[in-house]
Amino acid sequence: FFFLGPSIDRKMWGIARRKNLGQALQKVLPAGSMTVREALNSALDEEMSADHSFLDGLESTRISKGLLEKYGPDRVLDTPITEAGFAGIGVGAAYYGLRPVVKFMIFNFSMQAIDHIINSAAKSNCMSVGQISVPIVFRGPNGANAGVDVQHSQCYAAWYAHPDPVVFLENELLYGESFPISAEVFDSSFCLPIGKAKIEREGKYVTITSFSKMVGHALQVDTFKGISAEVDDIVRAVKRACYRSILMAATT
Amino acid sequence: MAAAAARRVSCSLLRRDHRHLLPLLRPFASSAGGQPQLTVETSVPFTGHKIDPPSRSVDTNPSELLSFFREMSLMRRMEIAADSLYKSKLIRGFCHLYDGQEAVAIGLEASITKKDAIITAYRDHCIYLARGGSLVESFAELMGRRAGCSKGKGGSMHFYKKESGFFGGHGIVGAQVPLGCGLAFAQRYLKEGTVTFALYGDGAANQGQLFEALNISALWDLPVILVCENNHYGMGTAEWRAAKSPAYYKRGDYVPGLKVDGMDVLAVKQACKFAKEYALQNGPIILEMDTYRYHGHSMSDPGSTYRTRDEITGVRQERDPIERVRKLIVSYELATASELKDFEKEVRKEVDEAIAQAKESPMPDPSELFTNVYVKGFGVEAFGADRKEVKAVLP
Repeated sequence: FFFLGPSIDRKMWGIARRKNLGQALQKVLPAGSMTVREALNSALDEEMSADHSFLDGLESTRISKGLLEKYGPDRVLDTPITEAGFAGIGVGAAYYGLRPVVKFMIFNFSMQAIDHIINSAAKSNCMSVGQISVPIVFRGPNGANAGVDVQHSQCYAAWYAHPDPVVFLENELLYGESFPISAEVFDSSFCLPIGKAKIEREGKYVTITSFSKMVGHALQVDTFKGISAEVDDIVRAVKRACYRSILMAATT
Repeated sequence: MAAAAARRVSCSLLRRDHRHLLPLLRPFASSAGGQPQLTVETSVPFTGHKIDPPSRSVDTNPSELLSFFREMSLMRRMEIAADSLYKSKLIRGFCHLYDGQEAVAIGLEASITKKDAIITAYRDHCIYLARGGSLVESFAELMGRRAGCSKGKGGSMHFYKKESGFFGGHGIVGAQVPLGCGLAFAQRYLKEGTVTFALYGDGAANQGQLFEALNISALWDLPVILVCENNHYGMGTAEWRAAKSPAYYKRGDYVPGLKVDGMDVLAVKQACKFAKEYALQNGPIILEMDTYRYHGHSMSDPGSTYRTRDEITGVRQERDPIERVRKLIVSYELATASELKDFEKEVRKEVDEAIAQAKESPMPDPSELFTNVYVKGFGVEAFGADRKEVKAVLP
């Protein structure tokens, strides 16, 4: 599952939801297109200009292109390949009130830092009874990639299925893909809601739910053995909340 | 006669808010504040690793020594009271006691401000008190009551006081060190001119994440001070069995270190002051506090299966931090021994009253199971074990 935190990345999912192969769901006409990489870049740019966000993690990739020049080395930090260390430092900075975006090269490496994601970040608000909240985003590619081995291909969606801290699971194969977007997406206050599944395409008898790259594959299924199929993009849904959407879809 | 006057005044200095009485003391040598200045030598000199250690002579004054005595006695009394509360099953779960190590908490607090940050592991009751926490909140939290500092939901290992720069209170060994480096990162980012002290034990000193965080801190010149509270036993494992190199102040390699007698509160104060100035200019530094805990690792550990009772009583007789300050106070005639004893009785009474008050506080309401789980729950539902009776939508 992918979660849109309050501090990051609305555009990216604006793009994913608009990908379709012929059926336009939105009433607004597309105003251009953007690759996923560009969307991530511009979302990070917008958020960093809005508040004390900084990028931490192995950052020298095209997604952070231009951000180092614009915000300086105090805010865009390239780290050694020590996940436990830099994730812990990111969480500690979030304790103090900054809003870090910690990037893992791929989510398989997050297992090295999982103690900090769960015990230091996720549980802090509860243990400290609200004194210490952790406004952090962990992001990075997740799941299947082309031709890489088992140790680099695992999908962590089921592990990180909770809204706090925000764990933003991307897919490397989608970075270069371009999607049409509407004009409203360019507004810096554009935001997609968390907790609701997005119906990509209405259907009558079958509901297919999916997220990330698989949404594209699901949309290719026009009908399911002759039965018209609804496709839900549960990308923006928290696990439990989306049960309602699925239940509603299944019972109507 | 002047000495008697000094003693009478000193007695009243034993009360908490005593600073307005200071000008009445006989001036030994006056300092800018009008208080007599005392210079005391630390018990042993500091040992440095890649750094010149600070001087052994520590400046202090009567009111500071008396407040050290007061605060350390309070902490000692609190931990002993927690021991008996645990044995009478009013405190349950984990309880890691700090008695014997009070000098580290007090000396550290004396050298910094509330804007500097401290983060530690689970042996945090006394650090919480030093940062301005109250006895009632401590006992109530230990007993799991609503009046506790974490509303009874944190327990012994999760005391926090963010407004005084105390960031907990962590149960995972070693995790607090990268978090402390992160706090220092934020302090440097916001240009606050403050530092973070990340406390850990000799058991955590071998953790990999510590070295990862130290590497990044040294690269980025973060104002973090890593303080190893070396009480020589990591749970039940002696340091020489756990670490190939138990010289923890040298383990930073490229990061300078200082070895300090952690049972001497003035040495701790001097070292922490020195470390703060260093860290603000040059980045991380390691302090190793040579200290000792009288209790076992936690209340489930008798503490005598891996060390002899003679060793424990030996340290108590020769190196106890409170006794050291008592001797100093008596030798400088700031108070007599019997005055200090009376004073300890008052501390005992204060602790007993706090326990009584904490006992009156009720347990948290069952609905508190579902609060503060997330900052924003987005409508996630949570269930009890049977998935039917107990259930709520998280706020």
